[in-house]
Amino acid sequence: MIRLCDVHKSFGGNHVLRGVDLGVERGQSMVIIGGSGTGKSVVLKCILGLIRPDAGRIEVDGRDVTQGDRDDFLAKFGMLFQGAALFDSLPVWQNVAFRLLRGRGKRPRAEAREIAVEKLRRVGLGPEVADLLPAELSGGMQKRVGLARAIAADPAIIFFDEPTTGLDPIMAGVINELIREIVAEMGATTVTITHDMTSVRAIADRVAMLHRGKIRWTGPVEEMDAARDPYVDQFISGRAEGPIETLR
Amino acid sequence: MIAALARIGRLALAALAALGRIALFTVQTFSHLVRPPFYPREFGQAVMSVGWQSLPVVALTAVFTGGALALQIYSGGARFSAEAVVPQIVAIGMVRELGPVLVGLMVAARVTSSIAAEIATMKVTEQIDALVTLSTDPMKYLTLPRVLAAGLTVPVLVAVGDIIGIFGGYMVGVYRLGFTPVTYLQNTVDFLEPLDIISSLVKGGAFGLLAALAGCYFGMRSSRGAQGVGRATKGAVVAASVLILAANFVLTEVFFSA
Ligand SMILES: Nc1ncnc2c1ncn2[C@@H]1O[C@H](COP(=O)(O)OP(=O)(O)O)[C@@H](O)[C@H]1O
Ligand SMILES: [Mg+2]
Repeated sequence: MIRLCDVHKSFGGNHVLRGVDLGVERGQSMVIIGGSGTGKSVVLKCILGLIRPDAGRIEVDGRDVTQGDRDDFLAKFGMLFQGAALFDSLPVWQNVAFRLLRGRGKRPRAEAREIAVEKLRRVGLGPEVADLLPAELSGGMQKRVGLARAIAADPAIIFFDEPTTGLDPIMAGVINELIREIVAEMGATTVTITHDMTSVRAIADRVAMLHRGKIRWTGPVEEMDAARDPYVDQFISGRAEGPIETLR
Repeated sequence: MIAALARIGRLALAALAALGRIALFTVQTFSHLVRPPFYPREFGQAVMSVGWQSLPVVALTAVFTGGALALQIYSGGARFSAEAVVPQIVAIGMVRELGPVLVGLMVAARVTSSIAAEIATMKVTEQIDALVTLSTDPMKYLTLPRVLAAGLTVPVLVAVGDIIGIFGGYMVGVYRLGFTPVTYLQNTVDFLEPLDIISSLVKGGAFGLLAALAGCYFGMRSSRGAQGVGRATKGAVVAASVLILAANFVLTEVFFSA
């Protein structure tokens, strides 16, 4: 469903992606792990066309992402951004219903609001939250609103960028559970970025590890522990000693 | 010596390149004028924040400037017994020059800075990326409504500023300098020509466009982090102010050089 071939991207002299190859099948939950700043977010942004790769090919549904109609393409996607990226000038329900209030998929305001309230309920937020502004919510609630916005238009592909970072363990568990349930309900294809190993085990079908601009290892989540790859091993055990250089 | 010249040359080239990019940005912005979807709600909000909410600061600036101008012309004019021309010079000075320029600079301070800071913050917090993934073009949704609102409302602000500035001069003229109200107004009205007023409004429109375009351009190009937002805001206000003053010179030349 999603295929990256030899994708490169540099920012100035910073070679972030140095030949990424990755495939995600329809209905699969792929989790990308890797240290901070290794370019995990950049991978997702390249797929969405928010960042243009310097070289390489990206296909979604067998079509090159740079060809064809942008709106049709983007309508397939929902994305939860790392910092939730809610529009702080709009109340919560208008954030969730953003796509339903304008452009091609436009619906009557009352109906859009109804859908938004329903999606908020799905992520465990009551209707009293609908008219608050994002700045009035806690971090965990903002993440949930971001999640509700990502699923609002029932997309076929959903990206989650660090859905549990910065949350307490219980809230993180709740979000993991939500993601798993929602994905099962909707049958969506998902790519999740995380460096939280609990998250990985909770939601992954397949795991890919990004290191030094390449996919270092990829395989089913059950094989991750037995991977015998020193990099993967160091990452999942969280040791400071190993082939991954750490700054001390 | 050579190094210094090379540095000046580099700066000049960088400024030219930036000017080119702003010009391209302007063309892109206006190309959305004829391509739906449109966002009337955003436009309405921009009119409120650019126009309506700028009225108090414009009024204050204009009334004090008009008053000070009257005092200056009176005391300066006294050196060659020309005290009587206060109403005419206040009118011409406000309408042709000070009204548009002061309003333009106040708009650069108030509107450009807030547009740049808002859009840069949106960029830094990935809200712009979120807009794009929600199939909404930031140029249509953020830039065009603000630019259009500024281009249309700043002339109104300038008109208000001109009138209040003349009123400031009138108050000083009548209550401090001993003009009779009727003479003062008569002189003002008789002396102003349509071209003075047209030039004032055209300048206002141009300055409004420049102020909003600079804010959007620098905001959209903000680099990452809080520092990026600060730099974008500073750059936008400086660029808007300089562009407004340069445009004022060019437009004055166009309208009044003959
Ligand atoms: N828009 C950008 N401009 C410049 N550098 C960027 C940009 N986006 C990401 N980078 C750089 O790319 C590297 C990877 O970033 P990112 O993908 O956000 O890391 P992470 O794996 O933690 O998500 C970082 O060094 C970052 O500084
Ligand atoms: Mg990231």
